[in-house]
Amino acid sequence: MYLADRRSASSSAASPVERPPGPDRRPGRRAVAAVPSTVLVLGTVSLITDISSEMVTAVLPLYLVAELGLSPLGFGVLDGLYNGVSALVRLVGGRLSDRGRGGGHKAVAVVGYGLSALCKPLLLMVHSLPLIGAVLAVDRTGKGLRTAPRDAMISLAAEPATRGRAFGVHRAMDTAGALCGPLVAFVLLRVAAEGYDAVFTVSFCVAVLGVVVLLLFVPGRAARAAERTPAAERTTPAESTTVAERTAVAESTAVAESTTVAEGTTVAEETAERDPAGPRMPVRALLGRPEVRRLTGCAVLLGLTTISDSFLYLTLQRRLDLPGGWFPLLPLGTAAVFLLLAVPLGAIADRIGRRRLFLAGHLALLCAYGLLLAPLSGGAALVCAVLALHGSFYAATDGVLAAATADAVPEHVRGSGLAVVQTGQTAARFLCSLAFGAAWTAWGDHTAILAAAIGLALAAAVSARLLRRVGASSPLNSPPEQAS
Amino acid sequence: MSRPPLSRTARLLILLATVLVLGGVAVGATLYAAGRAAQKDRTQTGGPAVTPGAVRLDDPHHTLFRNMAWGPHRDEITAVPTDRLSGPRTASGVRCLRFYQASGTGICLQAVHGKLRDTYRAIVLDNHLHELRHYDLAGTPTRARVSPSGRTAAWTVFVSGDSYAGTAFSTRTSLVDTRTWHLDANLESYALAVDGHPVHAADINVWGVTFADDTHFYATAATAGKTYLVRGDRIAKTLRALHTNVECPSLSPDGTHIAYKKRVQGADPDAPWRLYVLDLRTLRESATGEHRNVDDQAVWRDDHTLVYSLPGNYGSDLWTVPADGTGTPRRLTTAALAPAFQH
Repeated sequence: MYLADRRSASSSAASPVERPPGPDRRPGRRAVAAVPSTVLVLGTVSLITDISSEMVTAVLPLYLVAELGLSPLGFGVLDGLYNGVSALVRLVGGRLSDRGRGGGHKAVAVVGYGLSALCKPLLLMVHSLPLIGAVLAVDRTGKGLRTAPRDAMISLAAEPATRGRAFGVHRAMDTAGALCGPLVAFVLLRVAAEGYDAVFTVSFCVAVLGVVVLLLFVPGRAARAAERTPAAERTTPAESTTVAERTAVAESTAVAESTTVAEGTTVAEETAERDPAGPRMPVRALLGRPEVRRLTGCAVLLGLTTISDSFLYLTLQRRLDLPGGWFPLLPLGTAAVFLLLAVPLGAIADRIGRRRLFLAGHLALLCAYGLLLAPLSGGAALVCAVLALHGSFYAATDGVLAAATADAVPEHVRGSGLAVVQTGQTAARFLCSLAFGAAWTAWGDHTAILAAAIGLALAAAVSARLLRRVGASSPLNSPPEQAS
Repeated sequence: MSRPPLSRTARLLILLATVLVLGGVAVGATLYAAGRAAQKDRTQTGGPAVTPGAVRLDDPHHTLFRNMAWGPHRDEITAVPTDRLSGPRTASGVRCLRFYQASGTGICLQAVHGKLRDTYRAIVLDNHLHELRHYDLAGTPTRARVSPSGRTAAWTVFVSGDSYAGTAFSTRTSLVDTRTWHLDANLESYALAVDGHPVHAADINVWGVTFADDTHFYATAATAGKTYLVRGDRIAKTLRALHTNVECPSLSPDGTHIAYKKRVQGADPDAPWRLYVLDLRTLRESATGEHRNVDDQAVWRDDHTLVYSLPGNYGSDLWTVPADGTGTPRRLTTAALAPAFQH
């Protein structure tokens, strides 16, 4: 992080200014190479925080069963309620974070990270299921609260042209932390048998470190990439015309080129909206924007057919009759692929268009469903293929959706916009879990997966249409250099 | 955020100080826990005497259980004289989290300390506690049983959700035939019928098997927030619900009664279970003289007496109470879990 900080904001901001104007300009490797320090710091904070939270997640079942002697069955009863509250908090958090002219993002994120940190010592103090459930709910609330403002800060710090990659870097760091957490917990339990108190205490210390890094090294008011790059990146009206004249070219380039046109509009729009007494944009007004509405619609539509990880692993295990010892390893497979592919796929999203990759990611998920349905008996190879597709799905959609949202939402309501899209997606996935469970009960797992696959194919087809229309009229779907 | 930003040196110093303080707390907590763990490896004065020695599963004069007393033989399966359960313990050297035996076949659910993570396995033991077969487990061990003849063994583990702060727990129960080594890895694949209607929900959980014979058994099945006592058939692969609100059933040696945990109305949600007995002929249930919360799959010492564990100073103690609802609970021995009596 020390190194990250040294790569100060000004150096990465310098490159776009040096770009030659015109549609053929190339942003130069420097802009691509340098991930903004704020993104690296936020990635570090996420990495540290995920180590902390996954340490607890890894030992929690054992702690409840072996140490407290509790029967954790029926623990998920309140999950629905917690999910609902978490969704509301997320929206409110996103909304609040847009106040304070950029400083709000950091403040809300600090509260979110802080809340989760405080839950760790609380876990040591409560010994009953309802109270432990409540602490976990607060922990999750903290996560809900911080996600949108954090993503807003990433999107504001990153160059619009390399936003996908910036989110990829962040998600990769985040996942690396998630993979390390259980290992740290394991080492602690090895040093101190049954030392759950040590695990929770160390987890707390790690979480506090994350908050301190956030407080110290993330600028309170994000130096916006857009503000740092005035004339050169903004397209002049004259240029817009030339570009506009060529909009009849092949679909892919058309999307990219029109990007530059619409950018001018957005700037004007944003300046208008950022007038001194400028109105803050409530959720309804945000959804009034066609691009936001369509993106949210697609995220919800696709979310409604995205079955939860647990169901996917459960189906995988049942269909392939995996040995029991494999089961705990399945999430690691997904995470490892996510970690490996987050950055490259983020960069690809920047080149071919974030919405396109977001859709492609869901096709990977569709292929995973297909493998679960196919009468194959590949054993280990099939498991690896499903997990690789599942991990690619996350790498192609998680950070990429945030980047695509950032394209559609003006800066001063970035937090709210991200919160709206993410909440829509989360709520849809939760509904999908309920529906999938019901379908399983009624028809069995094979038919339930088949229904999910058909639903996903339809949702992807509708989304492709919706997003294409957005693409034609929205800014920054892909970087300007792709126009050539 | 109106303060002027701190200089880089100041921020790095603050970071350094934070790392030192937090690192100190973390190391302190770990050393404290490590010290406590080391203490558990030293024999506690006043505890039961534990000496290593030869242990046989079908020894008619001894009862086996997991020794929880601190010292080098903690968690080992130990034998004690059946007429004096609090007497001296003979440690077998086999460590188990859960254990059961019948007619010389043992089932031991144990932790395997790996390089990167701990895993669990179920081990089928012969009369001299040597491994016959082992099976890797998908989660944390909770219940284990063997059929009266020793031919069929069953075990249950908890499997936790994998999401962030995942709170969705489920159980997985497996059955193995120790003659053919045929394994039914997940009893959820059996056909469950409630009131004669087939149920195939995603949320079915089965746990706590207790055997009538090598083929037939009782267990708890849960779906849609309700628990059922089910009668299972290993050959037909069926589970048929008999009664509601029954968890962790335990069949009496004469096959007429089921002891179980019943979730009672109005109890503390953390401690909702009381020890009940169900007469299988009349399906009439009756409370035992134990009024505390019991979270264990009880065992029958004989056709009239129940033995179960309650939390104690060393993890758990063994208690006993008559099965017919009379009498008061009595502690049999401290620092013990998972007993298996000879029938």
